[in-house]
Amino acid sequence: MFEKLADAVNTDEMLVKRGKNCSLTLLVSVDDSEHFISIESGMVTNIVSGQFLMRHWDLAIRASQIAWSKFWQKHPEPGFHDIFAMNRFGHCKIEGNTNILLSHIRFIKDVISKPRFWNEG
Amino acid sequence: MGKLEPIVGRYITLEEEGENYRIYFEESGNGIPLVCLHTAGAHSSQFRHLMCDPEITKNFRIIAFDMPWHGKSTPPVGWQDKEYRLTSDFYVAIIKNFIEALDLRKPVIMGCSMGGRVVIRLAYELGTRLLGVIGLEGSDRPAPWYDNTWTNHPDFANGDFCVGLVSGLCAPQSPDEYKWETLWHYYQSGSGVFKGDMHFFRTDSDYTHTSVAIDTKLCPVYLMTGEYDYSCTPEATVDTASRIPGAKSVIMSEVGHFPMSENPEVFRGYLIPVLEKFVKGEKNEPSSS
Repeated sequence: MFEKLADAVNTDEMLVKRGKNCSLTLLVSVDDSEHFISIESGMVTNIVSGQFLMRHWDLAIRASQIAWSKFWQKHPEPGFHDIFAMNRFGHCKIEGNTNILLSHIRFIKDVISKPRFWNEG
Repeated sequence: MGKLEPIVGRYITLEEEGENYRIYFEESGNGIPLVCLHTAGAHSSQFRHLMCDPEITKNFRIIAFDMPWHGKSTPPVGWQDKEYRLTSDFYVAIIKNFIEALDLRKPVIMGCSMGGRVVIRLAYELGTRLLGVIGLEGSDRPAPWYDNTWTNHPDFANGDFCVGLVSGLCAPQSPDEYKWETLWHYYQSGSGVFKGDMHFFRTDSDYTHTSVAIDTKLCPVYLMTGEYDYSCTPEATVDTASRIPGAKSVIMSEVGHFPMSENPEVFRGYLIPVLEKFVKGEKNEPSSS
């Protein structure tokens, strides 16, 4: 999943344009495994996956494998169709610097939703 | 040849709370007045599909107006030195004013989101003068899904932020064309208008104390909510209907927070049977929801 994310984001010209002022380390947690997605000026520059001790991140979205697999369906079921829906119904936790999220809300949501476009589900 | 739609737009100036408000409204159809109230930070174009649906316009005069500060309605003189903040009292007053100014007799009021909230108060206060109300994505009290401090973030005033915030409220099944047109309305909004509407929606619209006193024999209440709406959830809608004796709730599949604009084809399938009840003059039975 994550190995394809950088290409998918970086080749989406309009998405990169929308994120040109966005730089952050986004932590996506899937059960116990952590994926640190480095974004510089709207492009994914690095993704490091594994389990780490106090590695830096700016914004974290944590959910179970089951929740993410539902979220990344092409047509997710109600409650799993948006990170705010997942957060509201307790399917994910959004933590960290929410100011970054608010300033780049559409871009960050589009990045995290990218796997839907290659998921036939 | 161009394709001319039956929708006609006009302006009316209303005085409210000592200010003159030049209000834009559009209408289509003949028959029972159906006054439509748009969502926060948007405008009356959300109802354009209904206005071009002959199955509906043959029995209803559909009228939708842009709230002050929204769409093509002009903000009050001196807006540049004011902060827009919608209150429950002003919202009700401007709707009453509009209905009276157009001399609309026994209209049905149908509002979405914040419009779906205010119809609860309208049913309570104006019930004898209405044929009924339809709350789309409506409930009788606020249930915030993000922290109130977010409204103070500088980006909260921007259209791009508003689009990002509400985009997930559309159902994944809604046609892209209509989903993005719905979101375009948020890009069009004036700076800070969505935030001003949130004052009403998040802090000044708890109507739970009056819900139980609504007489649905005089003013039938229908609450219709999309299954993908996590702002006004289906559970909140059913809860609200349970507090209003005789109110009916309808949960709509594969629809989100903007049924009339994000998926008009699916929505009409749910709405037309409800509208037919008004055409036939049916009243709600005071027991079920």
